[in-house]
Amino acid sequence: MNIKRSLLDATVAGILALVVFGPIMGIVLDGYGFNLDVPRVAIITALVFFGRLAFHLAISTSGGRTFFQRFEKGRAGSITVTDPSVKTNLARFIPFILVAAAILPFFLGKYWISVLILAYIYILLGLGLNIVVGLAGLLDLGFVAFYAIGAYGLALGSEYLGIGFWIALPLSAILAASFGAILGFPVLRMHGDYLAIVTLGFGEIIRLVLNNWTSFTHGPNGASAPPATLFNLEFKRTAAEGYTPFHEFMNIDYNSTHRYIFIYLLVLIAVGFVLRLKHRLVKMPLGRAWEALRENEIACRSLGMNHVTIKLSAFMMGAAIAGTAGVFFAAKDGFVNPASFSFIESALILAIVVLGGLGSTVGVVIAALLVILIPEVMRAFSEYRYLVFGLLMVFMMIVRPRGLITITRDSKYSTDGGGRAADARNKENAA
Amino acid sequence: MSNILTIDKLTMRFGGILALDNVSFEVKKGSITALIGPNGAGKTTVFNCITGFYKATSGDLTLHTRDQATSINKVLGQSFQWDDFYKPRQFASRIFYKMFGGTHRVNIAGLARTFQNIQLFNDLTVVENLQIAQHNTLNKNLLAGVFDTKAYKLSEQRSVDRAYELLEVFQLTADANRLAGELSYGQQRRLEIARAICTNPEVIALDEPAAGLNPNETEALAKMIQMLRTEFKMTVLLIEHDMGMVMKVSDFIVVLDHGEVIAKGSPEEILKNPKVIAAYLGVDDDEVAA
Repeated sequence: MNIKRSLLDATVAGILALVVFGPIMGIVLDGYGFNLDVPRVAIITALVFFGRLAFHLAISTSGGRTFFQRFEKGRAGSITVTDPSVKTNLARFIPFILVAAAILPFFLGKYWISVLILAYIYILLGLGLNIVVGLAGLLDLGFVAFYAIGAYGLALGSEYLGIGFWIALPLSAILAASFGAILGFPVLRMHGDYLAIVTLGFGEIIRLVLNNWTSFTHGPNGASAPPATLFNLEFKRTAAEGYTPFHEFMNIDYNSTHRYIFIYLLVLIAVGFVLRLKHRLVKMPLGRAWEALRENEIACRSLGMNHVTIKLSAFMMGAAIAGTAGVFFAAKDGFVNPASFSFIESALILAIVVLGGLGSTVGVVIAALLVILIPEVMRAFSEYRYLVFGLLMVFMMIVRPRGLITITRDSKYSTDGGGRAADARNKENAA
Repeated sequence: MSNILTIDKLTMRFGGILALDNVSFEVKKGSITALIGPNGAGKTTVFNCITGFYKATSGDLTLHTRDQATSINKVLGQSFQWDDFYKPRQFASRIFYKMFGGTHRVNIAGLARTFQNIQLFNDLTVVENLQIAQHNTLNKNLLAGVFDTKAYKLSEQRSVDRAYELLEVFQLTADANRLAGELSYGQQRRLEIARAICTNPEVIALDEPAAGLNPNETEALAKMIQMLRTEFKMTVLLIEHDMGMVMKVSDFIVVLDHGEVIAKGSPEEILKNPKVIAAYLGVDDDEVAA
């Protein structure tokens, strides 16, 4: 252990902290003059100094070194190949997690239920974008456009066509997918950066159209969306004509939380369904083709795969999931307006995908929960929450650049067990 | 023997550079044909035109595979012609190939290729690499896959079995469940050839398969190329710099220099051809003429 080096290292970090935080936190404006706030700077510098010292000392111990080497290893070859018959701990707990998630809202207040609904909507969006970015490798910066199309599909559909939640759900998904196809067909021949810019533009076009076509969309005033119904039962104090309020039907007192619990359960089912879909897709020829396309487009073309239609299928699938998420979003708030679909939303969804790991399913779920719940939990210091969030992202990219969860691939054997013996031998050699 | 691939007056122009000038040759069915020439002669350009990665400036490329003639220019999508106005069928097919045509059609027609710089799916396993090559023959029904039906499982398992058959031939069984990017260079070359075979082509085009291999590996590769013809009944088209191997395995050689065919014939004829010797050793032009 080299204490001298650790001290030197910590001192350098402390001086840097002083330089960075000194002017920002130490000088407080007071009218036309300013006051010096020395204790604040001293505290933050001390924090950095001792933090860096502790970190440096920790990595020089043998235990600390092995701990940090685990991350290093994850960086080098983070993809592992495992036998599909081996069940991870997570797979065993899935039923429990689902049951726990289903009974959770009955113990929570309206506020937390609505936060969780939002988190689940972002899980849907994250999974949808993960198909486009993570699996097919198409950088889409305008993903929120499909989310907006789904949400406005419900709001405007009910206003002009009189459709309800349940009809809007598939229709909005189809509508979003068709928009995806219309946008995708001409532009999917492009690569990387160009595609990113085109999708960025598309996202803005949709938002601006929603904002400025006031005669149709009511512009910035937004449009109201009908709530979700359960077999013609409405979750309102007094129902519209032809509907019965849920509480009258069940003979219980009216409670506005019921509506949130109902949407919560619907979104939970949708998340479960999309998780299953995603889980299957990566093992199916289509999902494999997406990943192949991400890895090497030239090779794909040489193997007889039509890269445009395969990309298009990924784009449409992602758009359809986003459209579904949009319907839930509109039904949850009962109101949509263009401000909810700005570029920052697209960036947030992309952050979820990158944080969770490109192509990873579980990672995206965890990342979506973190990204939505952390700012809510940290409302107490709301001014700093995006700063903390940003720092967390930087930190994650340093220690786990390929996402929270390491990606595993299934090993495969021929009918007569070919490859099994060789795999066992390889494992022995490695051990 | 009939021709499986005919190349007629192929010309390729990149801006002001004439990369290929009226290149014409035929590939006989069941032959091993080699394309040789000094660096920059245009061998890979010919390959890219044949395999549909470049659209030829002019010339006809015709594949006679799967019991029909396929025009490579047509499946890549051509620009509209005046007579499209009164020939609706021709017009419709042109629109179809403009929308859904492309390089992949050449492979579907029965011509597979490998690359000079290996192009594998590095983050996927070896078996998955071979399964992707079978994409067009698999059960791609979305619902069948999501509900894991019997027919779907059978189709998947069959593709895995086919992959293992080829891995056995190319001595890669022990590495079946490793990531393709982890393999050694020689193994990656073999995997790329195996993957091309997985698409069930009638013609296989190998772009410098011996590049970067040691003498032992090159010898093994020569045997493998002969096996492609004898066991897989394929026609092989080959670009190669290793003259020893070319002379040993090929039965017809086309020599390119500065985008033109300077000689065609059997290996013995090529060895004696003064133009070829001049192109490789760099003799003065008037000396060749004399």
